[in-house]
Amino acid sequence: MKGLPPVVITAIVLVLGFALCAMQFPNIASTRVVGNLLTDNAFLGIVATGMTFVIISGGIDLSVGSVIGFTTVFVALAIERWGVPPLVAFVAILVLSAGFGAAMGAVIHVFDLPPFIVTLAGMFLARGASFLLSTESVPISAPIYSTVSDFALRLPGGGRLTAIAIIMLAIVIGGALLLTFTRFGANVYALGGNRVAANLMGVAVGRMTVRIYMLSSLLAGIAGIVFSFYTSAGYSLSAVGVELDTIAAVVIGGTLLTGGQGSVIGTFLGVLIQGLIQTYINFDGTLSSWWTKIATGVLLFAFIALQQALVALARRPVAKSAGAAS
Amino acid sequence: MTALLPRRGLAQILALIVILAVDRVVSPQFFDLRLQDGRLFGSLIDVLNRGTPVALLSLGMVLVIATRGIDLSVGAVMAISGAIAASLADSHGLPVVLAAALGAGLVCGLWNGFLVSVLGMQPIVATLILMVAGRGIAQLITEGRIVTFSSPDLVWLGNGSILGVPVPVAIALGMLILTGAVVRGSALGLLIEATGGNARASELAGVGTRAMILAVYVWCGVCAALAGVIAAADIMGADANNAGLWLELDAILAVVIGGTSLFGGRFSLVLAVLGALIIQTMNTGILLSGYPPEFNLLVKAVVVLTVLLLQSPKLSGFSGIMPPLRRAKA
Repeated sequence: MKGLPPVVITAIVLVLGFALCAMQFPNIASTRVVGNLLTDNAFLGIVATGMTFVIISGGIDLSVGSVIGFTTVFVALAIERWGVPPLVAFVAILVLSAGFGAAMGAVIHVFDLPPFIVTLAGMFLARGASFLLSTESVPISAPIYSTVSDFALRLPGGGRLTAIAIIMLAIVIGGALLLTFTRFGANVYALGGNRVAANLMGVAVGRMTVRIYMLSSLLAGIAGIVFSFYTSAGYSLSAVGVELDTIAAVVIGGTLLTGGQGSVIGTFLGVLIQGLIQTYINFDGTLSSWWTKIATGVLLFAFIALQQALVALARRPVAKSAGAAS
Repeated sequence: MTALLPRRGLAQILALIVILAVDRVVSPQFFDLRLQDGRLFGSLIDVLNRGTPVALLSLGMVLVIATRGIDLSVGAVMAISGAIAASLADSHGLPVVLAAALGAGLVCGLWNGFLVSVLGMQPIVATLILMVAGRGIAQLITEGRIVTFSSPDLVWLGNGSILGVPVPVAIALGMLILTGAVVRGSALGLLIEATGGNARASELAGVGTRAMILAVYVWCGVCAALAGVIAAADIMGADANNAGLWLELDAILAVVIGGTSLFGGRFSLVLAVLGALIIQTMNTGILLSGYPPEFNLLVKAVVVLTVLLLQSPKLSGFSGIMPPLRRAKA
């Protein structure tokens, strides 16, 4: 029970699903489609990496979609209306979003409140703030945007690995390393496993909580910048409901929503599975997009039921002594 | 615990009065009522009418939260029941339409309850499944279109009036009385609170906690379905994409404003409905004041944070002085 089995199952589902899709539409098995899959889901992969840390630590962050929306509007206005150089705008928004996450983490820890409702307030706050900035879509025409969207590594077979896909892959790899090989990562697992025990063993619970939510919001900010590259615009209604897709990707990736177990790689595979479903529906052409939601729901159920079974199996030998909950 | 009893509800009533007063300042004709074609009109009636869906949702949600659960799927259930009602309205009578729509809510509630009580899933996860898939199912029913209808029976449910009172308001009031009678007229409410307070201890004390949990999710599904039918009847159509969108958050907010802790235990139906009215009074006030409706979200965020801080275990007591030690959970 090292958290490996669910990831392996996610990988098998992805490979099988891809094989089935490729059998029906041979064109799916091309670097073009795979490249587009990575580009289209770049922002989701980035924000899901942050969500993985939050969920493994036993929390949840509902504010990420709103933070993405706020970021796109802020960046667009800063560059187009206020005449701020793009890089300065990026740094400013990243500082702002990291501070926002840190504040949420601090409220959760200091006042001992459920993360669900605190980040819900954060979701309202960030979305409301982005409406205040602008309710209209603001197009971005700065030269850096066309440079970034034109940049791509050529893949064999005509595919393009775009800049935002590269950013996403780098963040996923960085996140996986951070979670697996650092003290920070070990503390995240410890928090999710048992908060009280972690505290007694010397983990600075408060500082960790603040940092974890800071990381999640920071990555949501980066995802927002990537999203603005993807659409070349800032819009206060962008990325509505992304928090759900993100949580679904994390769960499908084998992370336990009760915390303590999971991996960034699994989450990445979860994002790819969602992207694959979307791609399949696009290829089919007759299926409507609502099948994405139903398929995601079915997958969610399958994976949660599977986790439930695994946890039950793991507890069985020590069922008598495992009575102390929370 | 005992010290909480006398001032239970006082804060909510005061909050509502303050918001009403602000609304009066913003819009001088706020309290005006007039009778036209046998139905009352005015901003206050508007608040009640528009607040109905969230009030109905909060009636089910408060019971779920009292058992230490949460139901994220109520918005999606609204979309499903609205879609069913709208598709059947022009070809079937009102009893069939209502039975089908509420039956769908019952099935959704059973599904959620089964996942939580029998399979032992975390409520937030279990109901997330239906929250994601439910809207897809609703779109399947409407085939992705916005289904409209003209059946006068169903339209009456959303726009008619009984003795001058809009039908949705009467329904919400009826549901409040019914739920209150069932839950508080028997030991059921106490058993639900026991389940939320400590499920394990209650189980050992002989409370059928599994049945309790299943029952509250079913009731929550039925309430959501009713809210969905009313929302559909109000606009004479069903929009699977937008019906009940994000209303689960409003319902949870209403329950939290109503003083019911997200950690389960004691609950109050009346205060939850009052919470829904507070939210709607704020919404209407912001609309009347001429500010863009987007301000709603900011105001809501501030309200949530304030209520949370007041409820925080670290800030117990009215004085707001931090106690040196956390209260023992006796």
